[in-house]
Amino acid sequence: MPSGFGIHEIGHATATDVPQANRMNTAVTHMAGSQDRTGSKTMSNQIPDHLLQKHRKLDIAFEYASRFFAFLVLAMLAAIIVSLFIGSLPAMEKFGFGFLTSTEWNPVTEEFGALAPMVGTLVTSFIALLIAIPVSFGIALFLTEMSPPWLRRPLGTAIELLAAIPSIIYGMWGLFVFAPVFSEYVQPHLISILGPIPGLGLLFQGAPIGIGVLSAGIILAIMVIPFISAVMRDVFEIVPGVLKESAYALGSTTWEVVWNIVLPYTKTGVVGGIMLGLGRALGETMAVTFVIGNAHKLNLSLIKPGNSIASTLANEFTEAVGDIYTSVLIELGLLLFIITFIVLSLSKLLLLQLAKQEGKKS
Amino acid sequence: MNTFKGIKKCLTIAAGIATMAGSMTVSAADITGAGATFPYPIYAKWAEAYKKATGIGMNYQSIGSGGGIKQILAKTVDFGASDAPMSGDDLEKNGLTQFPAIMGGVVPVVNLEGIKPGQMRLTGAVIADIYLGKILKWNDAAITALNPGIKFPDQAITAVNRADGSGTTYIFVHYLAKVSPEWEKKVGVAPSVTWPAPNATGGKGNEGVASFVQRIKGAIGYVEYAYAKQNKMTYTQLRNKDGNFVSPDDSNFQAAAAGADWKSVPGFGVMLTDQAGKESWPITGPTWILMYKNQANAEKGKEVLKFFDWAYTNGGKMAAELDYVPIPAAVVTQIRDAWKVQIRDGSGKSIW
Repeated sequence: MPSGFGIHEIGHATATDVPQANRMNTAVTHMAGSQDRTGSKTMSNQIPDHLLQKHRKLDIAFEYASRFFAFLVLAMLAAIIVSLFIGSLPAMEKFGFGFLTSTEWNPVTEEFGALAPMVGTLVTSFIALLIAIPVSFGIALFLTEMSPPWLRRPLGTAIELLAAIPSIIYGMWGLFVFAPVFSEYVQPHLISILGPIPGLGLLFQGAPIGIGVLSAGIILAIMVIPFISAVMRDVFEIVPGVLKESAYALGSTTWEVVWNIVLPYTKTGVVGGIMLGLGRALGETMAVTFVIGNAHKLNLSLIKPGNSIASTLANEFTEAVGDIYTSVLIELGLLLFIITFIVLSLSKLLLLQLAKQEGKKS
Repeated sequence: MNTFKGIKKCLTIAAGIATMAGSMTVSAADITGAGATFPYPIYAKWAEAYKKATGIGMNYQSIGSGGGIKQILAKTVDFGASDAPMSGDDLEKNGLTQFPAIMGGVVPVVNLEGIKPGQMRLTGAVIADIYLGKILKWNDAAITALNPGIKFPDQAITAVNRADGSGTTYIFVHYLAKVSPEWEKKVGVAPSVTWPAPNATGGKGNEGVASFVQRIKGAIGYVEYAYAKQNKMTYTQLRNKDGNFVSPDDSNFQAAAAGADWKSVPGFGVMLTDQAGKESWPITGPTWILMYKNQANAEKGKEVLKFFDWAYTNGGKMAAELDYVPIPAAVVTQIRDAWKVQIRDGSGKSIW
């Protein structure tokens, strides 16, 4: 049992380490306070046993307290899942798995399906990331590699401030400012230029009304850019100067340094930042509600109104009368929970895959 | 040790705040209600004036009609408020009684170049066909036939609806179902419904619908009268049951209320849509108050009745200022009579 013995030893070592550290600390403070009186006594003699005992107890209490708070979060997560599950049982019994594939949404006859809001949530988030990732990358790259030093701080602060704007403000801005401009100057061109292209054109059919899935995606992109770019900038900054300078010394361009040195070095942090943004995009409610058009229809076209899970909940919960209707909305909440969970798990898996390939020849 | 003292201190402060908050909540005589958002502005105004007049506060939470019904069934409030009337059977089953508090009108609004408010004429059947997706362009023969002097563009119609469940939608679709058998069969009547039109777009709240209609060219929508009036939106005339084209106006809403047979449905649950009468505006609807017939706390029950009694007597002017329509005096008399008969305390004695 050599391995078991080893673990025991380690455990023992840490257990004794902690009081030792404490003893040193107490000794130091003790000495500082009572140097004159105690004079020639040795250090170890100056620590009364009851003080040691007290510190050990405090340590244990602190450990349990912090453990308790950590588990409290887990318990709350479990409680939320369980209550969502119980709340959605009537809907699950009535609709089963058909709920996931049906586009029906009729509060009068109480026929419901989740496909349209689910697709809406995923598509708007996808559009948001499609726009936000390159833009954030550019912002972070400029701030860390190219910006003159005096500009870095104000620009960085401005981007962080964007993250602090409440989502309802983005929604109102989207509805009253962005949508009119978008419908007047952008959408007609999208329709006339991209519309006739076979295949791709199907995404741009309809009247230019300024609200719809595409607008919601763009507003979401603006909302998540500060998150992603702030994280990207922070991780780009921790890349050791030696690495970058070596590359520059070998004749690399800025782009080559960023693409081949900085990005591989920081990929975990970059993916983490993107996931932070995606998490916000998936669950965003008010801003999306204002501009997505809130129609329970599954349209191929991105400029037609759609719906997302979060905005369906925000719109319909207050006036949902009847058990099935309420239960359906709770089940939608559960679905959003599951979708978020799956997406975040996939990103973790992606990171693990990346880690595995580390060091291999690419 | 200091940390523990700190925590203890925090807890003491927190407990102190909690007790303070507890003592600050509504005093014993105050009444509480929850429900419909549509009448919230007038209830809030009445509550303010009533507090000044009598010292008794009324705390109203506009959480939506569905929420109001849930709260009164859970007995967490003294009265519930709903934009959709509860059926006689449901009232009986839950031991509730119901009476109308105030009325309002819903008006169709459009965004068409060159058309002034009140200039254009529509009928319920045409509006139903637009929202059903059967009429897709503004120059459709059904629309041009109603408006001989107006030239309509060859423009797609965007039918804007309320995305959130709402009493406004309930009144509107109740009217559509009354005038269009197809609507009744295909869509039905509820605070939120499936909108069949291919260009259906949902705005959140009256302001959402209003801003969509004002911005999207060729849009049609429906909002509360007050909203259309205050935002100077392009409302349309509507043909009423008597075949007259009328514009939305306080007097036309009142005409609709006057002609109705309020006793025909238990709990005064008549929708005032498509009422007879030369002047009647066809999309008019009251909003209701729900109370328990058997008041466990008779004092509280009496305070609620006193509040609405005061509102019927003194609240008309305030209602008109906010573009609501007061309940006609004759109906108020019927309501007071109903209170006497229906609402009793624990021992079965009438509390009004």
